[in-house]
Formats: sequence, structure tokens, C-alpha cells
Amino acid sequence: MPNPLNPNSKKDRIDSLAATAGDRHRSGDHAQPGGGVAVATVDDAGHVEESTGVSLLASAWRRLRRNPVFLLGLAITTIFVIVAIFAPWLAPHDPAKGLLITEVRQQTNPIPAARPGFPLGADNAGRDIFSRLIVGSRQTLVVGVMATLFGFLGGLTLGTLAGALGGWVDSLVMRIVDVMLSIPSLLLAFSIAAIAARPSQWTVIIAIAVVQVPVFARLLRGSMLAQRASDHVLAARALGVKRSAIVFRHMLPNAMGPVIVQATLVVATSIIDAAALSFLGLGNPDDRQPEWGQMLGAAQRFIYDYPALAIWPALCIIVVALGFTLMGESLREALDPKSRR
Amino acid sequence: MTETIENIQTRRGEDAGPLLSVRDLKVTFQRSGEQPFVAVDGVSFDVRPGQTVGLVGESGCGKSVTSLAIMGLLPERGVKIEGEVLYNGQDLLKLSRNQMRDRRGADLGMIFQDPLSSLNPVVPIGIQVTEVLERHRGLSRKAATPIAREMLEKVGIPDPNRRLTDYPHQLSGGMRQRALIAIALAAQPRVLIADEPTTALDVTIQAQILALLKELVEDTGTALIMITHDLGVVAGLVDRVNVLYAGKIVERGNRHELFAEPRHPYTWGLLNSIPRLDGTRGQKLTPIPGSVSDNLPWASACAFAPRCSQPIEVCREQQPELVEEGTRALRCFNPIDDEVRSGRTPDAQAPTSTQPRDAAYPTDDPKGDPTMEESR
Ligand SMILES: Nc1ncnc2c1ncn2[C@@H]1O[C@H](COP(=O)(O)OP(=O)(O)O)[C@@H](O)[C@H]1O
Ligand code: SF4
Ligand SMILES: [Mg+2]
Repeated sequence: MPNPLNPNSKKDRIDSLAATAGDRHRSGDHAQPGGGVAVATVDDAGHVEESTGVSLLASAWRRLRRNPVFLLGLAITTIFVIVAIFAPWLAPHDPAKGLLITEVRQQTNPIPAARPGFPLGADNAGRDIFSRLIVGSRQTLVVGVMATLFGFLGGLTLGTLAGALGGWVDSLVMRIVDVMLSIPSLLLAFSIAAIAARPSQWTVIIAIAVVQVPVFARLLRGSMLAQRASDHVLAARALGVKRSAIVFRHMLPNAMGPVIVQATLVVATSIIDAAALSFLGLGNPDDRQPEWGQMLGAAQRFIYDYPALAIWPALCIIVVALGFTLMGESLREALDPKSRR
Repeated sequence: MTETIENIQTRRGEDAGPLLSVRDLKVTFQRSGEQPFVAVDGVSFDVRPGQTVGLVGESGCGKSVTSLAIMGLLPERGVKIEGEVLYNGQDLLKLSRNQMRDRRGADLGMIFQDPLSSLNPVVPIGIQVTEVLERHRGLSRKAATPIAREMLEKVGIPDPNRRLTDYPHQLSGGMRQRALIAIALAAQPRVLIADEPTTALDVTIQAQILALLKELVEDTGTALIMITHDLGVVAGLVDRVNVLYAGKIVERGNRHELFAEPRHPYTWGLLNSIPRLDGTRGQKLTPIPGSVSDNLPWASACAFAPRCSQPIEVCREQQPELVEEGTRALRCFNPIDDEVRSGRTPDAQAPTSTQPRDAAYPTDDPKGDPTMEESR
């Protein structure tokens, strides 16, 4: 396992992922050095052969379908997304209402225990933990998806510019990207979130998105460069196709494979980073809107006597992040020609 | 009897003057910190309208670099291109990037070796054809679609309506190459460069594709530059053959001359190494010994000398010049003579392997098969 804090291992990982977008089957001339002997590869007239091109996706999917790791990841993320969408209807109680506040005794019993209707008990404000966990999934989903989306859009712009234009644009963009990549991501996100005057859900999203921009930028630039050297882009250039069409029709769509993989993985890190920022008090200060990281932070005070208060949100964060990671990693493996047998 | 169709065609072409004229083309790759490498070294040849010209040579001799230079597709940095590429008298190498982009696809088309990787995997075939029509003929997607369908039909793709929406991976290798030809010819370029168009295909499909190319260029009067490492491929197709070795043309001639009477030891070697599908009684392939890594520098020798079957002293001391003589040209101090040539039976001498390929061609050309040539 490479050290995730080492910026070079981070870059290597991005670059090897980007390489999967390249030409997977460059075939040289089939001539033999000793003479003009033609070696024909067998290719029948009527049938469609597979193993290359889009069928690469098909064969990837065939392997994924039988991969228990991927299926587990898929199951977790699907359940998570469904719960997040239908949270208000699934939650038995209003997460903001202190329904058990009468049970709370500041000195003797700050945390009401579990009871019928309140399977996980309540917090120190008497609010139902189970409902708060369910509704909290919404924030987590929003932060994870929005941060990934903004990071992706930023990286898409920078990476496409760098990969399509090359030259000094490329040098400039990549210098900035490399500097950003060399800073540990959580530290960077923390610094950005700390700058914001009034912390909110949006400062968290923006901080995490900014951290993801260089990752996506480097990744897209790498896969754009691989595309630029590909046969079909050369063929399109040989047809006089305009540069914008080369970039948007011939390069970008073919460079998206690794980006989708990365996006899946980034959702996981965004969720963890968002939880970390909330835990450290840089998230939404309004705790009527439940959020797992913030619940975890609030549980600190009671960690010795009531560890369950911390365990539940922590478990949610871990399981959901794990779900996205399992899915992303098995996608990456399936799309990477090097890991194929 | 001497007035063959080919001769008539050649004469007709001469009247028209060359459409594309490559003059002293020299391509040098210069990477910082590396020795400059001359991939194409003073190559000149003409292509007339309707003519098919072959560019033949082993892998690495500079065929693809020549074609990319003509198309203006070589990278701008680290490459020096000298000489002229005259299209209708205008030097393409002097055009700006944008001007050249307008010419590609419209005046000059190119098809590549690997039909699968040359097609965009995520765009349907139909769009890849209409794209060219939209670009060069200013048509709308809607107006271009029927023309695209016609093009697919013309290149022999069955059920073109359905194929318009198919993706490249849904087509077989031969169909993909047909689609590529349709795309390359969509805007009706007057010069088509085919860089090893059949190398990645199986032999029977090779024959079909070659027959198709021949038919298309004959119908439309398109000039075709056929690039291949396999003399057998050009045997039934080209009017003139240029044999390339280490970036230089070493022999040139009309097809039947060159096949009947090869003069350069390299051409001779290439002819002897063509495999025979008819399995002629105990005939063995004699590949040219050595490899291009043995080459001597052209500046002070014949690059082919270390691999040549009959080098003489001067071959390692001096560069042979390309000497034009009538319809032929030769760069050699000690050409193959009749005695060596007759060392093989006339039957064995001709590249019989081309028969199955030629079988697919229209047979109206009596010179269509070099095996028909009487040895002289
Ligand atoms: N971009 C490049 N940079 C440096 N050398 C190149 C480049 N492209 C081709 N070459 C060299 O030029 C020579 C001719 O290549 P090419 O024209 O592709 O040969 P072929 O006749 O097989 O098509 C080869 O030795 C090759 O290594
Ligand atoms: S010049 Fe000499 S070495 Fe070169 S091909 Fe002719 S005979 Fe052989
Ligand atoms: Mg080549």
C-alpha cells in the first residue's frame, strides 16, 4: 500500500489511471524485418469480434457483474442513495425536535437510552438518533456529490485546456496542479474552509471541490494526451476535422473512462473529508440539520460514557465511504488493461 | 498487342500532368539531446489523376512518414520538413495550418492500417461520415445523411441504413475498413493515400478491399498512393511502383517492368520473399538477410550494402545516385542482370502469391496479373 500522503504516489496513481484511456491496441506494421512477408491477422468477414473498443466496456461489465466486491459496493451505495432521497419519509421522527428532552438530566442522565420508538436512543438535546442518522445521509450525499461535481467541472476545464492546447497553457496549468497535489488534501480543504467567514454546508463543498480539482485536471490531461496520440484522432485530423470537434467529439468522450472511475472514488473521499471538516467545527453550525461528521463531533463530550453516540455516525461514514471505494476500485481494475488476465 | 490498356492509361495520365508532385522530400526528426534522424531522404515522385502509385518497402523505411508529411500531419515540433509537395502546382508545405486543414479530407484523403483503432469508438459510423460532409461541403447533418448512406452502399456495406447507427465495434474488420474508405472518400478527395490498408486484415478480405479501392479510384478518377510493405499487394493494383529503402527511393518503374525485370537487389529480394499461397513445389521463401539495423549511412555508401546479395567495392565507399532511364529509375552500382534473373524459372520468378488476390479484380486488364507477363 503506497503512502497516501506522499504526493508522488498520488501522482503515479492518477497517471496510471489516465493511461487506461489510451490506445489499447496499437499494432505496428506486421512486416517481418527479414523481408516483405505479410502476416495476416485472422479476422472473419461476417462476425463481430470483441475485446477492443467499446466492447472493452462490455467485457468490463461482464467481469464486474460477477465481482462480489463490486456488487457489495454497488449494494451499499444504492441503499445509501435511496435512503438519502426518501429520508424524510423513512425517518420515524422529526430529527430536529427534542422529543425526549424531558428524559435528559444534565448531571445524571445526559443521554436518553434506547426505548420503543427510539431504537438508538436520543442525543443530549433529546432528538432521535436513528432519525438523525437517516436524515443526515442527505447532507452527506449532497456534499459528496456536489463537491465531486464541482471538482470534476473545475478539473475538466483545466485538464481539457492543458491536454487540448498543450504548450505554455499546459505547462502553467500543470505547474499549479502539481503544487496543489503536493499539499495533503485534508490540510488544503481545512485551510480553505477556515478562510470562509461563515462556515456552512457550502463552504465545506467548495473546500472539498477545490481539493479535487487538481486530481481531475491531471487525470483528464493525461487521458487527453493519450487520446491525442491515438489513431482515431490522427484519422480525424486527416479528414480536416476542426479542432473543436476533435477535442469535444473525438478526444473528450474517449477520455472519460478513468474520470468516471476517479469520480466514484472522489465521492468517498469527499464524504470522509466533509465529515472531518464538520467534526472540526468547520461545517454547518446549525445542528438542527443533522450531519454525520457534526454528530460525531458532538459525541466527543460523551465518548467515555456513551461511546454508541459516536459509533453510529462513524459507522455510517465508514460504510458509505467503503461502498463508493469498493465500487470505484473494482471499476478501475476492470477498466485497466494491465490488471486483466 | 503491345498497346495494352495500361499503356493507354499511362499516356492519358501524362497528358493531364501530375496532380500531386513530391519533390526532394526530406523529413528529419530532431529531438533535443538526440542525433537528428533522417526518416525520408530526398524522395520525389509524381501522381497523375486516376493513377495508382505504389510506395513499397520494409517496415521503418519511411513510408508512413512520407504520407504524413504529404498530409501535413507530422508534429510541428521536433520535425524538419524540406522539399516540396505540389498539389496542382501549389506547394502544400507552404500552406498555413488552417489552410492545410481545409485541404485535408477535401483534396487529400487518407486511410490507415488499423481499421478499428482508426474509427472513433464512441461515435456511430453514420456520424463519422456526415461529419466530413458537414465540414467540407457545408451540409447540415440531415442533408448529409442520405449521402452518407449512399457512400456506405458504394463501398459495399450491406444494410447501410442500419449501419449508420452502428458503432465501430459492431462491424467486422473488413466492414470497418470499408467504412473508413467511405469516410475518407466522402468529400471526394482527388488524391487518396492508403497506408497499409489491408495489413491488419485476413487474406481473403485483403483481396476484397483492394478490389474495392481499385474500382473506386477507376470510377472517380481519384489518384491513389498505395503504401505497403508487401509487393504482392501492389502487384495487381498499381500503375507505378516506387521501392523505398532507408528513406530513399532505390528503384522505380511501371508495374509490369518492375515485376518482370527487377534491377535493384532489394527489389529482387522483396520479390523472392513473397509467400506463395499455391505452395509451388518445394519453393522456399528467401527472405532478405539481416535487418535495417545493419544499414550504412547513405552519405558515404549504399545503405543496403550489408544485406545486398551482390555488393561490389564501391558500394561501401560512395553513395549511389538515382539514375532515371526512360520510365524507370534505379539507385545501384551493380544491378541484377539477366543471368541472375534467369537463375529462377520464369514461372517461379513471378509473384504467384498474388493470384488469389488478383482473382478478385476485374479481368479486363490483360496485364492485371504479372504472372501473365512473358519473361524477356
Ligand atoms: N515521431 C517520430 N519521431 C522519431 N522517429 C520517428 C517518428 N516517426 C517515425 N520515426 C522513424 O522514422 C522511420 C520511418 O518510419 P515509418 O515511416 O513509420 O516507417 P514505415 O515505412 O514502416 O511506415 C522509422 O525508423 C521510425 O522509427
Ligand atoms: S549499390 Fe551495391 S550494395 Fe547497394 S544495392 Fe546496388 S549492388 Fe547492392
Ligand atoms: Mg507505416
